Amino acid sequence: MYQMISDDNPYETPMMIFPASHYTMGGIWVDYELQTSIKGLFAIGECNFSDHGANRLGASALMQGLADGYFVLPYTMQNYLSDQIKVQHPGIDAPEFDKAEADVRARIEKLMNIKGTKSPDEIHKRLGHVMWNLVGMGRTLQSLVKALDELEDVKKEFYTDLRIVGSADDLNTELEKALRLEDFLVMAKMMAIDALHRNESCGAHFREEYQTADGEAARNDKDYMYVSCWKYTGDNEKPVLLKEPLKYEAIKVQTRNYKS
Amino acid sequence: MGTTISVNLKIWRQRGPKEKGQFVNYHLDNVSTGSSFLEMLDMLNQQLVEQGEEPVVFDNDCREGICGMCSLYINGHPHGPVQGITTCQLHMRKFNDGDTITIEPWRSAAFPVIRDLMVDRNAFDKIQQAGGYVSFNCGGAQDANNLPISKEVADVAMDSATCIGCGACVAACKNGSAMLFVSAKVSQFALLPQGQVERARRARAMVRRMDELGFGNCTNTGACAAECPKNVPLSNIARLNREFIKAKIAD
Repeated sequence: MYQMISDDNPYETPMMIFPASHYTMGGIWVDYELQTSIKGLFAIGECNFSDHGANRLGASALMQGLADGYFVLPYTMQNYLSDQIKVQHPGIDAPEFDKAEADVRARIEKLMNIKGTKSPDEIHKRLGHVMWNLVGMGRTLQSLVKALDELEDVKKEFYTDLRIVGSADDLNTELEKALRLEDFLVMAKMMAIDALHRNESCGAHFREEYQTADGEAARNDKDYMYVSCWKYTGDNEKPVLLKEPLKYEAIKVQTRNYKS
Repeated sequence: MGTTISVNLKIWRQRGPKEKGQFVNYHLDNVSTGSSFLEMLDMLNQQLVEQGEEPVVFDNDCREGICGMCSLYINGHPHGPVQGITTCQLHMRKFNDGDTITIEPWRSAAFPVIRDLMVDRNAFDKIQQAGGYVSFNCGGAQDANNLPISKEVADVAMDSATCIGCGACVAACKNGSAMLFVSAKVSQFALLPQGQVERARRARAMVRRMDELGFGNCTNTGACAAECPKNVPLSNIARLNREFIKAKIAD
């Protein structure tokens, strides 16, 4: 596999190894029944935050997909469904449907009408560089403050200089990319805010100023033993932090390290 | 690494399912030989967008050979000239400077073109929905030695389960047959304990759905297995035939 990708035979040439972020930790908030904050909407698999802590390792996505689908959802979804038979469901002529459709159309029209010079891919790449360089595997107070600043620039570029070729009434992959990118911009800012808030190193979140003498992550359990849940309050509003304390009764929280 | 090539591309462009398509020629310079085939197409699309033209539409997702979305017929081969890989795992170093590369969508009646190189592979989902699952509750996990499964059986089941449902088998087949796909899906369950309860029903239902959807018949040419990016073996088709006949006799 390595040879197929790199064109080097690892038996002859040493393998080129480079650290990279493997996963983004966290996900959509769900309750113990895997229901999101929207009633009736369930989020299962690695898109939710439920099973993983500050780090997740190889094949854990598969584990969570199987566990949620096989062992959890079949026993929890009926709790929601059981009384739904009595609920009157709105038809597609309900005003909420019209509003949702109008909102999506307005969002698409807004992006189509920017008529700037940069393709969604170009702006996406710029966003990627900001995240990789400043909110990457090692982050600092300074880098995160700078990132939040630069993310505003990327956002500004997106809303003033985006160019979507083709039409909105057609299958348009450029428009699809732009709509996804618009969401990534919100998400990227969220990640930077969260990383800035957590003044410790923990799992995959490595704040360079919080490390031990030999370069290991220095956790601060006294102040940060909680899950940070961020509530969305609007595109231009600051998300609100909701803390879910972590209480362990059966185990003693320790540090994992490979040295001893 | 570090070297670049120029390529000429002959790409099938088609606005919609009902519209007439045609080959359009493009030229692309400075393609890194270390880049993947899809990255090369990204480059082309960036170039087209800069000129204000609509980019070439193609399906792709994971770009690591797992999802089965990328579906290009390159120089007469599904997933390109290299065996045992998907299009996204094909690198430009497999081509020479000045090459003309012909890129077409999957061609099969059951996979209508949506636009350019993107085809509708919903037919595979419909076959899966006809029986490609285990629908009864098989209880909690058994103790490890309660249900011994031999290494040979586990290996064969795994080999069938590696099918990613990309549709290369259908595209490669002169009859447009989906037998390799269906046989892989039937085999992975027929070989293991969880699949036994619905074994006969599954074989019947999936074959019936496959026929309804307009896939061709199998004439044992073997092009499917030769072009399969996951090397799903042809012996699955023999197993499917056996499963189907057994189910029919039992009726």
